[in-house]
Amino acid sequence: MLTLTCPYCGIAADETELSPGGQAHLTRFGPGASEEDFESYLFMRENPKGVHIERWRHSNGCGKWFHAARCTATLEVFGTYSAQTTEPPEELRKIISEKRPGWSWGASS
Amino acid sequence: MSTRLAAGGRLVNRDRAVEFTFNGKRMRGFEGDTLASALLAGDQMLVGRSFKYHRPRGIVASGAEEPNGLVNLGKGSMFEPNARVTTTELFDGLTAGSQNHWPSLEFDVGAVNAKLSRFLPAGFYYKMFIHPRPLWKHVYEPFIRQSAGLGKAPKDRDGERYEHFYAHVDLLIIGGGVAGLVAAKAAIGSNLRVLVVEQTAAWGGRAPVDGAVIDGMSADEWVAQTVTELEAAENIELCTRLMGAGVYDHGYVLGYERIGDHRPGEGLPKHRLWRIRAGHILTATGAIERPLSFAGNDVPGVMLASAVRDYAVNFGVSVGDRTVVVTNNDDAYRTALVMKDAGLDVPAIIDARDGGAAALGAQAEAAGIRVLKGKGIAKVKGGKRVTGVTTCAMAGEGTPQEEIACDVVAMSGGWSPVVHLWSHCGGKLLWDADHAFFRPDPDRAPIGAQGEAFVSVAGSANGAMALADVVTDAAAQGVAAVKAAGGKAAKVTVKAEAEDAAAMAPVWMMPQGAKYELRAKMWLDYQNDVKVSDVQLAAQEGFESVEHTKRYTTLGMATDQGKLSNINGLAILSDALNQPIPQTGTTTFRPPYTPISMGAIAGEARDQIFQPLRKTPMHDWHDAHGAYWEPVGHWRRPYCFQQPGESVEDAVQREVKNTRERLGLLDASTLGKIIVKGPDAGKFLDMLYTNMMSTLKVGRCRYGLMCSENGFLMDDGVVARLSEDTFLCHTTSGGADHIHAHMEEWLQTEWWDWKVWVVNATEQFAQVAVVGPKARKVLQKLGGLDVGRDALPFMGWAEGEIAGIPARAFRISFSGELSYEIAVPASYGQAFWDKLIEAGAEFGVMPYGTEALHIMRAEKGFIMIGDETDGTVIPQDLGLNWAISKKKEDFIGKRGQERVHMTDPDRWKLVGLKTVDGSVLPDGAYAVGEGSNANGQRNVIGRVTSTYHSPTLERGIAMGLVKNGPDRMGARLEFPKVDGSSAHAEICDPVFYDREGEKQDV
Amino acid sequence: MSEAVTALNGATYDGYVRVEDAGLCGMISLRGDLADAKVKKACKDVSGQGMPKPRMIAGGLDGGIGWMSPDEALVLVPYAEAPAAAARMEMALKSVHALVVEVSDARAVFTLRGEKVREVLAKVTPADIGALPVGELRRTRVAQVAGAIWLSDETTAHLICFRSVATYMFEVLSRSAMPGSEVR
Repeated sequence: MLTLTCPYCGIAADETELSPGGQAHLTRFGPGASEEDFESYLFMRENPKGVHIERWRHSNGCGKWFHAARCTATLEVFGTYSAQTTEPPEELRKIISEKRPGWSWGASS
Repeated sequence: MSTRLAAGGRLVNRDRAVEFTFNGKRMRGFEGDTLASALLAGDQMLVGRSFKYHRPRGIVASGAEEPNGLVNLGKGSMFEPNARVTTTELFDGLTAGSQNHWPSLEFDVGAVNAKLSRFLPAGFYYKMFIHPRPLWKHVYEPFIRQSAGLGKAPKDRDGERYEHFYAHVDLLIIGGGVAGLVAAKAAIGSNLRVLVVEQTAAWGGRAPVDGAVIDGMSADEWVAQTVTELEAAENIELCTRLMGAGVYDHGYVLGYERIGDHRPGEGLPKHRLWRIRAGHILTATGAIERPLSFAGNDVPGVMLASAVRDYAVNFGVSVGDRTVVVTNNDDAYRTALVMKDAGLDVPAIIDARDGGAAALGAQAEAAGIRVLKGKGIAKVKGGKRVTGVTTCAMAGEGTPQEEIACDVVAMSGGWSPVVHLWSHCGGKLLWDADHAFFRPDPDRAPIGAQGEAFVSVAGSANGAMALADVVTDAAAQGVAAVKAAGGKAAKVTVKAEAEDAAAMAPVWMMPQGAKYELRAKMWLDYQNDVKVSDVQLAAQEGFESVEHTKRYTTLGMATDQGKLSNINGLAILSDALNQPIPQTGTTTFRPPYTPISMGAIAGEARDQIFQPLRKTPMHDWHDAHGAYWEPVGHWRRPYCFQQPGESVEDAVQREVKNTRERLGLLDASTLGKIIVKGPDAGKFLDMLYTNMMSTLKVGRCRYGLMCSENGFLMDDGVVARLSEDTFLCHTTSGGADHIHAHMEEWLQTEWWDWKVWVVNATEQFAQVAVVGPKARKVLQKLGGLDVGRDALPFMGWAEGEIAGIPARAFRISFSGELSYEIAVPASYGQAFWDKLIEAGAEFGVMPYGTEALHIMRAEKGFIMIGDETDGTVIPQDLGLNWAISKKKEDFIGKRGQERVHMTDPDRWKLVGLKTVDGSVLPDGAYAVGEGSNANGQRNVIGRVTSTYHSPTLERGIAMGLVKNGPDRMGARLEFPKVDGSSAHAEICDPVFYDREGEKQDV
Repeated sequence: MSEAVTALNGATYDGYVRVEDAGLCGMISLRGDLADAKVKKACKDVSGQGMPKPRMIAGGLDGGIGWMSPDEALVLVPYAEAPAAAARMEMALKSVHALVVEVSDARAVFTLRGEKVREVLAKVTPADIGALPVGELRRTRVAQVAGAIWLSDETTAHLICFRSVATYMFEVLSRSAMPGSEVR
C-alpha cells in the first residue's frame, strides 16, 4: 500500500486514492508511424527490478495526473513531479543516480 | 488432573463466576479466564484431534501460538469456527464445541489412521492418490474431504457487525509487554502521535509471570505505574485487544481489534480492522517458547513450560499434580519453582545440559527438586493423558533408564523471537548461534518510502532474552524509534537486575541419537501431524528447499502457521541435509500474524452497502412502480416495469409496442454528460472522436464514435454544440467516468498546451427520453419551450423551460420514433417525471426500461457498446465507416485501425440475422462453416451479438458479426444450439424497421 | 422551488454523531486559472469570498469557495441563486479561458455534528482526518466513492459526494456513527 505525494495538491495520498497509469514518458506515434514504432508505443513496456518512472492519477483527490520515480524492488519513492514534461527533472535524475549508482535516464528507458 | 488452585491467578476475578458449555457440558470459570484456562480448571485437557491421524490433542500453549485448542464457538448467526481457546476470553453463556473428530472427541474412528501411520508418511497424498487418475475425483477427494478439515463453515449469515478505522501515527509500537512499555516511555512529551497496541487484554507480557523486579518494584506494580504514566501523556494512545496483524509497504499496518468477542449482546462491533499508517514501527512482540522433540511429545499433558507457569500464575490453574520439567535452558526452571510454590509435586527437572542451570538451578535444588543433568526423555507414557516419562541419556540412542510417574510434562526447547511483523515487509533475519534462534538483522530492515528502515525491533523480539537485556535494549530501541519517527526522545532509565544464567544448549532431537521408532513419535507440527521422521524422509527424497519441504510435509501449514514447529522443523531438515541452519533458512512469514475474521476484512461493505449503488433522481418512483432492476455498472436501471400479474417478457413486449404506437418514457439520467470548452475544444474532440466534430453547428447534435489508441471502439454518443467554444458530449451509461478520465488524461499528459476545460456534469441532470408518436403532443401540453418541427428539428437541441422547469431538449432518437431527450436539473427530475406521467395519461404514456430500449434500437440496427463491441471490434467491422472521417490527419485510434489485422478483408462484419422460422437465436451463438480446425472443432464464421423477439415485426431478429457477412446477403447460416439441434438464419440488412428514418424525423 | 428536492429529502440519523442531509446547496464548478484577477473577481462577486489558498475552503455553504485542484474551484452560493450566479460568472469570464458549470444538482451534501465527527469520518476515509485543520477541504475516498470533506469547527464536518450515491453515503456515515461503535 503505497503513499505517493501528489505534486499538484501536496496531499500524501493513500494508494486507494490513486489510479496507476503505467510507464511514463512514452512518445505517441500516430498515423504515418512505422509498424515498429507503433508497436513499441502501444505494447512494449519496461518491467525493471529497480528504478521505474511511472504515471499515477490522484483520482480520489484533485484529479491530476503526475509522475513518480520509484524502486520496484524496495518501493522507495525517489520523487513525484509534474505530468507536463517529457522527461524527469534534472534534479530528480541526480538524486536517483546517487541512490542507485549506475542508473541514468535513458539508459534503460 | 488439572484443577483450579485454592488461591492465585493475577488475571482472574474469583468473585465473578462465569458459566459456559463445552461439547454440551456445563462448566464454570471466572471473569478474566481464557477459554483454555477455564477448560483446564475443569480438568478438560483433551480439546481436539489432529488433522491426519486424529490423535488426541490437548492444550499445549497459553497464547496465540496454540496449535491444538481450536473450537467452534456460538450458534446460528453468531457461529464462529476455529476459535483459539488460548486467546478466547471467557464470557457468561459461551458455548464451545471441539472440532475434527467423529463421532466424538473421546472416541474417534479416524484414530485408526494413527495405527497406519507408517503407511501415511510425508507426501502420502501425493504418492498414493495420483493414480489412477479418475479415482481422484470420485473416490479419494470425497473421502479426504470428509475426514479432513478443521471446523465447520458457518451456515447462516453473519449476525455480527464489523468496521474499519484509519489511524495515522508517527510511531506505532506493537506489543505491550515490558519492552513495548519501556520503549514507549521514550515518546513521552515528544509531540509525536504514538499508538501502543497489545494483542491481549493485559499489559506487561511475561514479566509479571516470571516474578520480575523492575526499578525495584514487582513487575505488576511497574507495569501499572508505567501504563498510568503513558496514558497521562497526551500524545500517546494505548489499546489492548488490538493485534498487529500485518506490516505492509510504506508504514501500512493492519491491526485487528476484538471488541465484542467477549461482550456479546451489547451491540458492539465484533471486530474492528485498524488500517494504520505509521511513520515508524517498533515491534516488541516478544518470543515464543519452542517444544522439544522427544517421543510422545504430543500426548495431552505435554505442554510448554511457560504455559504451565502462565496457567498457574495468571489464572490460578494447576495443569497437573505432578509436573516433570524437561529443558535445555534455565528459564524452564521457573516453572518447576512456581509449581512447587503452589504446593504441587515436581518429581524432576530433566536438563539436557550436562552442567544444568546456574542461579535458578541452585534455587530448584534448594527447593528440594531433583535435577537430572545430561538426560532426556526417551518416551512419554499415556494415551489421552500423560501418565509418566522414561528418561534416558541425552547423548545416547534412547535406552530407557528410569520411569517417573507424572501427569504433566513441561517442556522448553528455548525461545524464538517473534519476527513475523519484522519479516512481513522484507526484513531479513540472522542466525544467533548462541541462543539458537533467528533474530532481526538490523542491517537489513524493511525499506520505507524514503529508503529508510521503517521497522525496528525491541526486547525479546530482538533477541534480548534476559529481563535486564530486555529493558536495556527496549530503552535504546525506543529512543532510536522516536528519532526515526522525527521526534525528540525522552531519556529512558529502567533498571532490572542481571541474573546469572547458564547458556542454553540447542536440542533438536531428544535423545541426540534417537532411533527411528522414537523419531516416528516425535511431533513437530501437532495440528498437521508432521513428525521428525517425515521431515527426514522429505530430505532423503530430495526436498532440499525449506519451502518445498514445508509443502511436501505440510509442516507449519496448519492454522498456527508453524509458530511452534518451524524452527524445530528446519533444524531437523538442516541436520538431515548436513548443512548449517542459516543455509536452510526459514519459510516466508506472511501476514496476518494469526487468522483474522473475514467480517473484519469486509468492514462496513456488506448488505445494502456492499457496493455503492447509484440511483437516478427517479429511482424511488421506479421502485414503487414495478421496476425489475438491472445493474448497469454501479447504477440500477429498470429493465422493465412489470404490471400486476405480468411476466418480465410480456412487460418488455408491451413497453415496445406502447412506445412505438403511443408514448413511452425512459429514464436516461445515467447517460454521461461531459462539457468540453475552450478555443481548442473542437480540435480536441476531432482527436477523440473518429468523425469530425469541429464542423458541428451551434444548436445541432451529431452522433460520434470514440476509439482507444488500439483502434477498438470504446464508446459512442451524441455530441451537442452548445456554443462556439462549448460542446456537450453524451457517453454511454457505463462510460461516463471512464470517458471523463480519458479526456483528462489526454489533456493533462499529452496535449497540455491545448486550451480546453472539461467538467463531468453527468449527475447535474435528470434526463428523460420522451418517445413515440405522441411525444411532441405531451411536451406541447406541458408548455414552454417550442418543440415544433421547425423550431426544434431532428438532430437539433434547444433550451428553455418546460412546465416551468429549466430544460434542455435534444431531438435525438435511439428508437427510430419521434423522440426528445429532455435534461432538467436533477433535483427537479422527479417533479418533471411526475408532470410527464400526468400529462401523458391521455396519450397512453407508459415508462419503459432498458430491454425495450435495446429491442427498439436493434429493430433500427443501432449498435450497442458492450453488445456489438467487446474490446476487439473496430467501427469498420460495424459498417460505421460513415462515422470515420477521411479528412482528418489524425484521431485516437486512426493508426491502430491501419494495422494489418484491422484491414484484413476477412474480418467478421456486422449484419442482420433473420431466423428462417421466426424464432429467437440464442445469445452469443456461433455460426459454423465448412471443415474443422486443428482440434477437430467445426470452424466458426460468425457469432450473434444481439438477439431479441421483436414485437414490432413479431419475429426473432438479431445482429451478428459474420465473416464476409455484408457480401453474403441472403445466405443461410447454421447456429448449433446447446441441445444439439441447430437454428438457421438468413443474413440481411441490420436495419429491420423504418429504413428510411421517416418516423423519427416528423 | 418546492419542486426541487435533494436525493435524501432531508434525512437525518442520530447516532453518536448526527448525520444530516444538508439540503439543497448551490454549487458552481469553475475550471480556469485561479490566479487570474478576473476569475478571482467573478468568484468573489457571487460568493463574497476571496480565492482560498490551495486545499482550503473560504466561507461556507451559503457563500464560499473551495480549492479543488490547481485549476478548479467550487463556488458555493444559496441554491436558488446558483443559476443566476453561474450566468453572471460566465458573463464576467467571457474574455477568459474558463469554464463555469452549475453542479448544484449533481451533488449531495451532508453535515455531521458531534464531539466525535473526526472519529466517525476516520472509519471510512484513508485521509488523515485527525490532523485535518478546520477550513481545509480534503478530497478523498469515502468508503468506496469519492468525496470532499471539511470541518467548519471542531464538532461540525461537511461532506460532498455525487448525488447518485447519496443513499450509499448516508448509510455508510450512519453505520459509522452507530452507538456502541465508539473507538475512543
